[in-house]
Amino acid sequence: MSINALPPLPVVLPLSVAALLIATAPRLPRRVIDLLAIATALAVAILCALLLVRSLDGPIVYWFGGWLPRDGIALGISFVIDPFGAGLALLASVLVVASLIFTWHYFDEVGVLFPVLTLTFLGAMAGFSLTGDLFNLFVFFELMSVAAFALTGYKIEEEEALMGAFNFGVTNSIGAFLVLTGIGLLYGRTGALNLAQMGRTLASAPADGLVIGALVLISTGFAVKAALVPFHFWLADAHAVAPTPVCVLFSGVMVELGLYAVLRVYWTVFAGVLAAHEDRLRPLLLAAGSLTVLVGGVMCFAQAHLKRLLAFSTISHMGVFLMGTACLTADGLAGTGLYVLAHGLVKGGLFLAAGILLNRFESVDENVLRGRGKLLPAVGVLFTLGALGLSGLPPFGTWTGKALIEDAAADLGFHGVSVILFLSSALTGGAVLRVCGAVFLGWGHKENEEGKTPKYQEKETKKKYTRTPLVMIVPVGVLFLLALLAGLWPTLKSETVRAAARFENPQGYADGVLEGSAETLLAVGPKQPPPSGFLSSVTATAGAVVLALTALFVRRLPQSLRRNAWRVGHPALAVLRTLHSGYVGDYVVWIIVGVAMLGGLCAWRFG
Amino acid sequence: MSERGRLLLFVAGAAGFAALLLWGLAGLPAFGDYRGPYGDVINASAVAQRHLTNMASAINFDYRGFDTLGEEYILFTAVTGLALLLREIRSEIEEAPRDASPNRDASDRSDALRWFGLMLAGFTNLFGLYVVIHAHLTPGGGFQGGAILGTACLLVYLAIGYRAFRTVSPKVLMDFADATGAGGYALIGLGTLLAGGAFLQNMLPLGQTGDLLSAGTVPVINLVVGLEVSGGFILMFAEFLKETRKPSREKDA
Amino acid sequence: MNFLPYVVAAWLFVVGLYGIITSRHLIHLIVCLAVVQSSTYVLLLSIGYRTGAGAPIFANVPPGTPAVDPVVQALALTDIVVGATVTALLLALAVQVHKRRGTLDPNRLRSMRG
Repeated sequence: MSINALPPLPVVLPLSVAALLIATAPRLPRRVIDLLAIATALAVAILCALLLVRSLDGPIVYWFGGWLPRDGIALGISFVIDPFGAGLALLASVLVVASLIFTWHYFDEVGVLFPVLTLTFLGAMAGFSLTGDLFNLFVFFELMSVAAFALTGYKIEEEEALMGAFNFGVTNSIGAFLVLTGIGLLYGRTGALNLAQMGRTLASAPADGLVIGALVLISTGFAVKAALVPFHFWLADAHAVAPTPVCVLFSGVMVELGLYAVLRVYWTVFAGVLAAHEDRLRPLLLAAGSLTVLVGGVMCFAQAHLKRLLAFSTISHMGVFLMGTACLTADGLAGTGLYVLAHGLVKGGLFLAAGILLNRFESVDENVLRGRGKLLPAVGVLFTLGALGLSGLPPFGTWTGKALIEDAAADLGFHGVSVILFLSSALTGGAVLRVCGAVFLGWGHKENEEGKTPKYQEKETKKKYTRTPLVMIVPVGVLFLLALLAGLWPTLKSETVRAAARFENPQGYADGVLEGSAETLLAVGPKQPPPSGFLSSVTATAGAVVLALTALFVRRLPQSLRRNAWRVGHPALAVLRTLHSGYVGDYVVWIIVGVAMLGGLCAWRFG
Repeated sequence: MSERGRLLLFVAGAAGFAALLLWGLAGLPAFGDYRGPYGDVINASAVAQRHLTNMASAINFDYRGFDTLGEEYILFTAVTGLALLLREIRSEIEEAPRDASPNRDASDRSDALRWFGLMLAGFTNLFGLYVVIHAHLTPGGGFQGGAILGTACLLVYLAIGYRAFRTVSPKVLMDFADATGAGGYALIGLGTLLAGGAFLQNMLPLGQTGDLLSAGTVPVINLVVGLEVSGGFILMFAEFLKETRKPSREKDA
Repeated sequence: MNFLPYVVAAWLFVVGLYGIITSRHLIHLIVCLAVVQSSTYVLLLSIGYRTGAGAPIFANVPPGTPAVDPVVQALALTDIVVGATVTALLLALAVQVHKRRGTLDPNRLRSMRG
């Protein structure tokens, strides 16, 4: 088997092992099952790393079934592997390894079912990142979703868990149907399902209602998965009730894949035909991203339930990612890519650390945990490190990503973007720092928060450990270390910018896929982050620290200041909280309103 | 949100959504005027290239066979997920569920139902096998046939009862069928990979068009898919039907 | 007549959503989701239709006879399998909810708030 046979393996290997585990489960001891699952995930990580390195100079195009395209018509399904796709698959496999190691002591009562579902989830994410065919993308999207629904509803004894999984299922299914309707429209026009072929066919005619309609439908459908406002309501519910190792995968990579799909489809199918409208598209997307950042950030800071808090911080960061890619330049996309990588690692580590707390104290409520973390100093240090990484402190990878995005936006003249990024880092980093102060140092007062956390007993493992087991704490440290490495790796940034330039080149993509010709690689010079990048990141972290301390010691502030702040902030916050009602009908209404609004805006600007 | 508010918001949103949909749909070619190249190319060349006569099967199991692998695994994952979601927890074995209705046991089936159901089950099994085996020749295939095979077992449940249903479809066997079917499809692809071709390349001899043994790997894949789908559906039915039996009284097969 | 199937697909999508939003029973909600899904089947299959053409099975007719598009039929098949599996999972969740709470009214069953 030559290296040319590699591309299907990151998908087929975990899926085959999952089937094997089900077939042999009664006969295998638990430890063997776990080790096999971890080994498979590691193998996938190695394969994806190989593919990543191979794809740095040009895309790897693989045609399934041996069906090569004829006269520019694709007959079969293709995998088109570029650094972004391979990188996301690599991130997914690394997070799966970490979460499988973490669950060494978990899920005793379901035995083989959890590793099997996680392996199919991994295979689906790998396929999703690597494919070059729109319907294949949809199939892997659904496989990802099905595994995710099942994993979310794990705690079948809790009504909240069941309804959280139900809301997740209904909203994401509607997103999938929106995508499928868009696929139908595009197929009706182009008669093809291959992304490259579609892009080429669309580019030969001007954009009309069908093209814009398909763009809106597909983008909003994937935006549900990507938890952009107003499609985001399901995420916090699902995260609050899903088992912690599962949340690692959701926040770390699954949600980001939603945005990846939007970008991939846009840059291969729509970028050619909508090239003239780029200037009008940018402000639209930047505004949408800002909305997501602000809603996510504010809701994040208002939470006392740790997992829900981290979920809202993911939403806020998704807004930042959208803004980075909304610049529609190579720098913006590269910055987003780096930020996604580092954020996934840091967020994964934070969720695992929250899992340690949950296991030890059977709660993730900030108020309940206040001061009890003093027994776990190591976890406290790691948690604080994670919070700082989340706020973009140099030299974490989040800093390089953020700096690139700010550069890209400033180059285009959108200077307000820096303010929004500052707010995102301050609010989300500040919230996690506040939790650190409360849990591990005992600061703050119990009546500070008005969080309506559930009363139900959370228990994820059968045993309660008096000493944090190594398998729980080592993955956290390793993930944070990797996030640091991502920021320090010398060639990562320049390679990412190069890959981003190729990502945003629809004609080169089509030529490479359908004719197999080597694209002209655009030479992009390496850029050092200017000092402002460093300064603004440190400022953001400082802002996070200030916010955290303010929240913890709010009693020490003068009475009049507190009363005025309450009068201004409380009604807005109350409205925002009521909107997050937990009722699936509300969520679906917002999805439809979001689609209608985006459709209306696009029709007005491009129609 | 209040009911009225939600409804008003929905009406506004739905109006915009419908307008967007119709605007997009208006750009499609008129109904009945299919133009695109993909379907025509396959209709024109698949018979000669692969010696089969069912174009939809050709697409599902040859041209776009990788999609079908993903689809099969969606079924596999859903069955695994169902086992997770409907698993027995300790409190259930000890006490009756809150929604259990007493004195509502299912009545005994009549003889006519029993007789007719069993006869139909046998015939349905045969028909399901026929649909699976003739995938490349006539309408049908692994998925359709597998669903029919699953229904045959369900007829046994309707005709006789839960115990009989479990007897004709023991869990271990169904798990094995489900897993072997899913893994088998992936293994066929890996096999073609090891043999030097692309993943899921049709490498077996193609035979004569119209023969039962033609079209290379397509009938083999169909058998595997039929195995998986029937096992999967029966497991699904079993999980749901388990909920209908009395708690802790009937032990599983 | 030329665009009626597409309008039907759009109608099914919207009316299914209406059902989901105003539903008072989880099983009804799940079936409404299936209605939304069926709109995608109608759309896909209508796109592939060709007037006067037969099914894409060339067992009794020579290849080259006008036939409808087989690709959308394959897509619809995948779509149906996906729909069945998602429905099954949602129904399982509904079964468990009913066992815990005795009610299936989504208004009274909420996940976390705030």
